Amino acid sequence: MEPVRGQRITVEVNGERHERDVEARRLLVHFLRDDLDLTGTHVGCDTGNCGACTVILNGVAIKSCMLLAVQADGTSVETVEGLSPDGELHPLQEAFSSFHALQCGYCTPGMLMSAKHLLDHNPEPTEGEIRRAIQGNICRCTGYVNIVEAIASAAKGGRR
Amino acid sequence: MLLAEVEYARPSTVEGAVRLLSSHAGARPLAGGQTLTNVMKARAAAPDVLVDLNDLEELRQISRTADGGLELGAMVTLSELIRSPDADARPILAEVAAQIADVQVRNRGTIGGNICSNDPTNHLPPVVAALGATMTIRGPDGERTVTAEEFFVGVYMTAVAPGELMTKLTVPAADGARDGFASIPIGRDGTCICNAAATVEDGQARIALGCVAAVPVVLSSTAEEDAVREAVRGADLDPPSDVHASDDYRRHLAEVVALRAVQQAAG
Repeated sequence: MEPVRGQRITVEVNGERHERDVEARRLLVHFLRDDLDLTGTHVGCDTGNCGACTVILNGVAIKSCMLLAVQADGTSVETVEGLSPDGELHPLQEAFSSFHALQCGYCTPGMLMSAKHLLDHNPEPTEGEIRRAIQGNICRCTGYVNIVEAIASAAKGGRR
Repeated sequence: MLLAEVEYARPSTVEGAVRLLSSHAGARPLAGGQTLTNVMKARAAAPDVLVDLNDLEELRQISRTADGGLELGAMVTLSELIRSPDADARPILAEVAAQIADVQVRNRGTIGGNICSNDPTNHLPPVVAALGATMTIRGPDGERTVTAEEFFVGVYMTAVAPGELMTKLTVPAADGARDGFASIPIGRDGTCICNAAATVEDGQARIALGCVAAVPVVLSSTAEEDAVREAVRGADLDPPSDVHASDDYRRHLAEVVALRAVQQAAG
């Protein structure tokens, strides 16, 4: 095996298969945003701290600014666009809306994907578990209270 | 961010990875990428070739040794360690792993990466030093196993030479020993300002201090408060001063976290 500067990759994103030639240096977040035009995934700090770029890769929440696109070859990725494929809001999105869990909205896609990852693995989280699950997602507007309430409500099927 | 141009290979065997690392002068192993990717963004490292270790199944194994100890492949993620039932051989490992960064970072970040980056503020170097764990390193000329004292060489530097790869962490069985860890982080689960791990057996403590020198500082003492404090005061520390703490304050914190780690271990 010889190292390469770039390669053709196949990635399943939100159930759809995409094939592209990418440079080895390309980050997954730029592959999603710039190559696939899926701009719901945001670049915030670009240092792995803020979590705005969170996506779910093979069932695991990761920060897509710290993974090369070539590393995602052969994987399945879920982005925020995948939450509402038919335009109908996902229960988490409904809850974020009704609990006013966002203000500027920049962190929201990452926050939603971390919340989805939590509920996929722990459908009935405690408040403490919710807070720990979104520890890697920074929100500078809300103070987190409404986000935590929204996730708790979505876990209970939308009830308060 | 656009990284500098780099070549990439994802070998499927450890031998293949070692061959790539040893045949390209500017090659570096890419484990979870939670440090290296950001270091590359900052242009603080400019590897010519990234050797991605993510397909090396051999490095993803968690197993118990015949004597009840633990073998952890270097590519075991922090999340996998936290979830592993085998990890209760030395529960402190999972307990400390759960304090590192956040869910997403723990999902990608690996044990080998945390140890091999040897950032003085990292969590695992003092833990492996206190537990008397050993690191296995494979290179073109074969395999060797080194202690923590031999492994941690300087800030960001370890005994893993260019062309080599850390493959495995071996943790001895507790055998009556109990472990503790304490830290003063920047925010909950943030970067450590000061940390310490301790193992206590029959009233004797082995303490490893982090963040106060280039490598973990290992001390022996009895588990009594006065003895622990005296051991830390007498240790050869070289703590940095920064916006979070002065060197003197870090010396003070080293005493505090060492004592807390010993007290947790002595339970």
